[in-house]
Amino acid sequence: MLVTKPDAAAGARPSRGAVRIAGVTKRFGDTTVLDGIDLSIEAGEFVTILGPSGCGKSTLLRIVAGLETETAGGVAIDGVAMAGRAPNARDIAMVFQSYALYPHLTVAQNIAVPLRMRALTPLQRLTGLAPREVRDRIAADVRQVAAMLRIEALLGRKPAQLSGGQKQRVALARAMVRRPCVFLMDEPLSNLDAELRVHMRAEIAQLHRQIGATFIYVTHDQVEAMTMSDRVAVILGGRLQQVASPDRLYRDPDALAVAQFVGTPRINVLPADRLDLPQARAAGAAQVAVRPERLEILASPDDGGGKLKGRLVHRENLGADLLLHIDVPGVPAPLIARTDPTTGETLAIGDELGLAVEPRHALLFDGGGRRIRP
Amino acid sequence: MTAGQSLSPMGRVLRHLVLMTGLVAMLGPFVVMLVTSFKPKAEIFAADFHLLPRQWGGGENYLTALTQVPLLGFLLNGAIVSAAIFLLQVLVNVPAAYALAKRRFRGRGVLFASVLVCLLIPYQAVALPIYILFFSAGLLNSYAALVLPFTISVFGIFLMRQFFIGIPDDLIDAARIDGMSEYRIVWSVMAPSAMPALVAFGIFSLIAHWNDYFWPLIAVSNEELFTPPLGIAFLKLNGEGTAYGPLMAAATIVITPLMLAFLVAQRRFIEGITFTGLKG
Amino acid sequence: MSGRGSVLLLTAPAMLLMAVFLIGPLLAVVALSFTNYQLGQPSLSFVGIANYLEMAEDETVRVSLGNTLVYAAVVVPASVALGLGAALLIEAEPSLRGFYRASYFLPVMATLIAMAIVWEFVLDPRLGVVNVVIKSFGWKPVDFLHDRKIVLFTLCGIGVWQSVGFNMVLFMAGLTAVPRELYEAAAMDGAGRGFERFRLVTWPMLGPVTLFTVVITAIRAFQVFDTVQVLTDGGPNKASEVLLHTIFAEAFNFFRDGYAAALVVMFLVFIVALSAVRLFVLGRGRTA
Repeated sequence: MLVTKPDAAAGARPSRGAVRIAGVTKRFGDTTVLDGIDLSIEAGEFVTILGPSGCGKSTLLRIVAGLETETAGGVAIDGVAMAGRAPNARDIAMVFQSYALYPHLTVAQNIAVPLRMRALTPLQRLTGLAPREVRDRIAADVRQVAAMLRIEALLGRKPAQLSGGQKQRVALARAMVRRPCVFLMDEPLSNLDAELRVHMRAEIAQLHRQIGATFIYVTHDQVEAMTMSDRVAVILGGRLQQVASPDRLYRDPDALAVAQFVGTPRINVLPADRLDLPQARAAGAAQVAVRPERLEILASPDDGGGKLKGRLVHRENLGADLLLHIDVPGVPAPLIARTDPTTGETLAIGDELGLAVEPRHALLFDGGGRRIRP
Repeated sequence: MTAGQSLSPMGRVLRHLVLMTGLVAMLGPFVVMLVTSFKPKAEIFAADFHLLPRQWGGGENYLTALTQVPLLGFLLNGAIVSAAIFLLQVLVNVPAAYALAKRRFRGRGVLFASVLVCLLIPYQAVALPIYILFFSAGLLNSYAALVLPFTISVFGIFLMRQFFIGIPDDLIDAARIDGMSEYRIVWSVMAPSAMPALVAFGIFSLIAHWNDYFWPLIAVSNEELFTPPLGIAFLKLNGEGTAYGPLMAAATIVITPLMLAFLVAQRRFIEGITFTGLKG
Repeated sequence: MSGRGSVLLLTAPAMLLMAVFLIGPLLAVVALSFTNYQLGQPSLSFVGIANYLEMAEDETVRVSLGNTLVYAAVVVPASVALGLGAALLIEAEPSLRGFYRASYFLPVMATLIAMAIVWEFVLDPRLGVVNVVIKSFGWKPVDFLHDRKIVLFTLCGIGVWQSVGFNMVLFMAGLTAVPRELYEAAAMDGAGRGFERFRLVTWPMLGPVTLFTVVITAIRAFQVFDTVQVLTDGGPNKASEVLLHTIFAEAFNFFRDGYAAALVVMFLVFIVALSAVRLFVLGRGRTA
């Protein structure tokens, strides 16, 4: 009847919940939304699928869930192909962007739905006659999961009486109560205000550590992706650009598009000839990208050969950091340098500045945006 | 059942089967009406039954229908009366809706409360006193009798008010600053912005009054003023009740205008009904 | 420009007409019900509740009210259920959706009087299609409109026929308003198809629409008149006599306006009760 799993001890990797997405393609009529996605997710991993709106990431999640059927390719969980299996037969649970709580049921009843569907026959559900033991077990499970998410006080309320954050937790509880080996989350935080989002990010990450199941998380917010995941899969234009740890994605992107998508403020991109970099010339790089914190302000504009110079057009004081917007001739958008406040103290708008970057921090890309690693 | 759960092939077949069966009942009368209007009398009364006509009797049926009573005249009356009612309804009720939605004045609460109360009144209930009133004023048996009682439409006021409330006040203030009078504002600013609601209301009103039987039955006895429902009832009750051929032809003629309008502007009609249904 | 004068201009016509054609007559009807007024008579006198007493004793009124209630009791569940069924089936799949929707809605638009006459022909014991089919099964033909025991139900059938499309359209609007993610959550929870899905998501979300449809259909059922007047005139033997028809007869055949007014008041009570429910539903719907 009810499947129970021991909670993962800290550090132990669970044995179930490995997801393999192989060559998944999805077409709607003439439009290709997903193009040959290959992604292997280990059991217990927290993987975020990151991409802008409309890139197909939600579609991919729904294909894993069984709510959409792939046009080509397949999904396997723990080696078992999922083709043709109904969503509730896949040992997964999903948290929706709009929470999708049943409005006419109380919180407790909402959480109990998956358990009731699994443990009771239709007749039992309809008439309310079910063995005492089963009903008690369901109630106990509901209470346990509610305690974990600290919503016991809300059990008797209806969704309309809850705040966004509370609804979020109820949706999580309903997913968790099934103890699936894979959790799917479709932009669950996008409807919450900024402060709540920060709080919930930590909670979800904590939940992951506690439960130990595989988490597949979809978002367009790269901050969420970077702060919560073991690995991040970046999807742009229906194609998987890169899968890597957040750190690796940030420091060592495979494509210019990925480098530009990840990191705030946006990475600086300049034509390769604006910088005096021998290995860039040797490699035939067309473009160079530099992270704002790696762009150095020289003591005087003519230092270091005076190759890269610009005028300060704007400064943003963030308190702990200073962002300098520098207009450089030949570069369409101002470059942004991140520096500490004391360095920037003496600079004024209109000042001419000399810029430099260490060769090892200059990311080289060819004309097609592909990374060159010399 | 939306959300991508498409039916199995078996389910699809079953769906069509059930809906087609229902369709027979829904469209059946129309089909019978049409084919009967094309049958000559002998075939209609023949002992053995055939759905489709063997011989063409349509010409005679339609001719009889059109000449035995002034059927086209009835259609014209229907058009005149419905159009007049709707036009006057717009003139009377839209400004009132604007006042209730956007203007603050003493007695607004009372006025709106009366609108709500009047919404509860079915028009047949007040038909009797209005009849007596018209009788005493000698207004019976006239276009005025057919049109006047319906010029006030609390439903229209209610509907338009709902819509008007949603229009930003800034728009109105800008118009006022430009020097527009209140009356001008109603027609130049509010009405154009509320087109969907107006169209919905128009559809609702036209259908309701074209098809209305109760009040015209009471208000007019002069054949020249008959509206389509009255006309065809008259044909049946006073003519030969068993002259099915011409009767079916008359029925066809009577329902054709609305049917054509519907088939042409289907989506608008259904949207209109849905809109008024869910709001009113 | 603005100010009291303009408000008066905006609302005066409506207020005047409301007084003359709605509120005035409403009060007049109630007042009339306490008199013995007959149309054309120069004077009338106050008779207290005599009309109401007569109404309570009147066999015809009792039958009429009973028939109207039976009519409503049949037409409302039937047309709401069939409307819902049609909406569910049509929305389930895109194929031929527009065609079905238009066809099922057609009867709503067709002038009832005209279609009632058509129905009479369709149901004719000798010439009508329906009886031809019945006879082909070897059964005896049914006189739908002249058999005392079934005439009311025949009228119910025509009433249902005319209302199904209207209710169907309302339900369709309700169905498309159900958020897709709710169905998906249900699919994740194991209630992805059929009855379970209907019970967990569709039916609860359709609650307000259903209530609204029931009330609207009930109000229209109480107002049944056209078919009765043209097809049966209340007969045979009052078997199909309904409230509005009785009122009509008393007021415009017998000209007993005082008595008719009392009947109207009773009619009003029913309608107002139902309409009040409708407004209440509307209020709730708006805050939700």
